Amino acid sequence: MELDYPIKKIIDDKGFIIDSTYEKQIDEKLVKEFYFNMMRIRTFDRKAINLQRQGRLGTYAPFEGQEASQVGSALALGPNDWIFPTYRDHGATLTYGADMVRALLYWNGRVEGCVPPEGKNIFPPAVPIATQLPHATGAAWAEKRKGTKNATIAYFGDGATSEGDFHEGLNFASVFKVPVVFFNQNNGYAISLPIEKQMNSATIAQKSVAYDMPGIRIDGNDCFIVYFETKKAFDYARSGNGPTLIEAVTWRTGAHTTADDPSKYRPNEQGMNIVDPLSRLEMFMKNYGYWDEKWIKEVKKKINNEIEAAVEGMEQFPPPVVDDIFDHVYAVMPAHLAEQKESYLTHLRGKAK
Amino acid sequence: MTTHLIESNEKNETTKQMTMIQAINDGMRIMLEEDNRTIILGEDIGKNGGVFRATEGLQEKFGNDRVVDTPLSEAGIIGTSIGLAVNGFRPVVEIQFLGFIYPAYEQIMTHVSRIRTRSMSHFTVPMVIRAPYGAGIRAPEIHSDSTEILFTHMPGIKVVCPSSPYDAKGLLIAAMEDPDPVLVLETMRNYRSKREEVPVGKYTVEIGKGKIVREGTDVTLIAWGAMVTIAEKAAEQAVQQGISCEIIDLRTLYPIDRDILSQSVQKTTRAVIVHEAHNTGGLGNDIISIINDTSFLYLRAPIERVTGFDVPVPFFSLEEHYLPTPARVLKGIEKVVHF
Ligand SMILES: Cc1ncc(C[n+]2csc(CCOP(=O)(O)OP(=O)(O)O)c2C)c(N)n1
Repeated sequence: MELDYPIKKIIDDKGFIIDSTYEKQIDEKLVKEFYFNMMRIRTFDRKAINLQRQGRLGTYAPFEGQEASQVGSALALGPNDWIFPTYRDHGATLTYGADMVRALLYWNGRVEGCVPPEGKNIFPPAVPIATQLPHATGAAWAEKRKGTKNATIAYFGDGATSEGDFHEGLNFASVFKVPVVFFNQNNGYAISLPIEKQMNSATIAQKSVAYDMPGIRIDGNDCFIVYFETKKAFDYARSGNGPTLIEAVTWRTGAHTTADDPSKYRPNEQGMNIVDPLSRLEMFMKNYGYWDEKWIKEVKKKINNEIEAAVEGMEQFPPPVVDDIFDHVYAVMPAHLAEQKESYLTHLRGKAK
Repeated sequence: MTTHLIESNEKNETTKQMTMIQAINDGMRIMLEEDNRTIILGEDIGKNGGVFRATEGLQEKFGNDRVVDTPLSEAGIIGTSIGLAVNGFRPVVEIQFLGFIYPAYEQIMTHVSRIRTRSMSHFTVPMVIRAPYGAGIRAPEIHSDSTEILFTHMPGIKVVCPSSPYDAKGLLIAAMEDPDPVLVLETMRNYRSKREEVPVGKYTVEIGKGKIVREGTDVTLIAWGAMVTIAEKAAEQAVQQGISCEIIDLRTLYPIDRDILSQSVQKTTRAVIVHEAHNTGGLGNDIISIINDTSFLYLRAPIERVTGFDVPVPFFSLEEHYLPTPARVLKGIEKVVHF
């Protein structure tokens, strides 16, 4: 089966084009867009880990190593599409237009972090594994019934394919032929479990056969193939052909979360032969004359400023409001809940005296 | 009453200081050694030793066919454990957080709990499900649910909830030896919060028996899991007002120890129930019913409940406002004492 699903790539490990299919569509603007976004979310990710270590953020889920997968796929979305991320996909949501201050707030235990900017269909990250897959199918189904050309993308990890919701989401999508892209980031591990122990199938892409939908396997560290293949899947979806399953083979460089210690379950060397997606893009840029020191410097500065401002934004954000835990449970608060709220707020006022 | 203070069916001379997580690990180790039908299953429980290290070192010692890292599927783990259990094994399942048990709820609800009934005891499911639960450790969303009532509503399964290292090991071993399925809820807040002397050998704490953790005369506080500590703090503060609190650690949530409730309440004549689960439909209501049934004429005040609110457990920046605090419990105490 593995032979039926070879890993497609456009650039090789040294940053040279090895498949010319999309060569003409690669221009300076696109290359710089990839670089900017990948550098931006990498800097964000590293900053978030630091903040966690300093006690300024709660537990955080890093995505370093998965930037090409997240940026490449998110840039393939149209403005009114839907995105259903997991806890590890804030790289994708930030690229798609999520607010950076709110991304930080989310990891600081603030529900405000789940609220997308006006007009952006960014769903709150799914914490329970695989539960977002049927949602993506449903939202795509709605778009189809409304007669739009909008589609949805659902992000999920290799471990997620073991849950029943994976089957249910894909099966419904294929039965109702809805415009959804199932974007798997196969980062090798589900916490401590290597993929060989997660499933007996050699690839995730091959699971598409059961649902009679296209399944493709791509190099998740090659932003070009990720971008073009996701775009293709979106075009296919928008033309009424139904879902696609994409397996982006990548690598989680660091820990599962900041509460996890990968040295317990995997040798350090295991990831060493994997070429980091950002270094690979840099090599490509150098190979093909896109490398521009001045521009890079400016970009890095711009990114740092943005991130510093976002951290400040998070720390200056108005403190959490107790009322919020009561006020958003129902559209109209039932009497018993109103009573609980009132009684608790009275208790707090009494204590404040 | 003192009979409730310590029950151990074996006298163990040697004890060791253990945290709750160490005690749980020790309980599983003993049963893996003693009973070759025991099989531990779960996500990341092997090399990683579980996300809380409850199974640390067990796979190394007993091999990966007795301590099994499963694919990421709670329904799969519990469903296949049913098959293992009906066919001679004694599965002990770790669910990473109670908030992630819901995919397996169908299996628990429709099969774990009623195979004995459906087969007139021909097939049985002697399995144990361990699940960390509860708020207060600044975990990300969904990790902090306290939805024990979903399981105490279901006949055919027992639910225990230790709050101390000693009880955690004794109840776990009792659960592993129980002929029926037992859900063990482990409050994450107590995993490492204190150490106590725990027998190094095998012992059990009887399922279905509560424990008086503090004796008193004016009011009975009823709690379990992390709320036992909250009740203890409130009781300390109540002393300053001359109020003497007795505290029951319920320990088993299903079936509930009716005797300990009635004996204590008949003595103190007042009761405050403290639980971090939501108020509506919470276990507090069943406890009130039991007290009404057994001790209504002894009561000098309506029974008070201090609970989590009827809202999803908030993200951690506000979770302290969700959880009962000693101050809220104290108010409940004052209310029943000054009724
Ligand atoms: C239903 C459920 N079970 C268990 C967990 C605990 N958990 C969080 S992440 C994770 C591993 C997920 O692996 P994968 O799907 O490969 O995604 P990755 O984290 O590698 O991106 C587990 C077991 C959970 N969040 N939800």
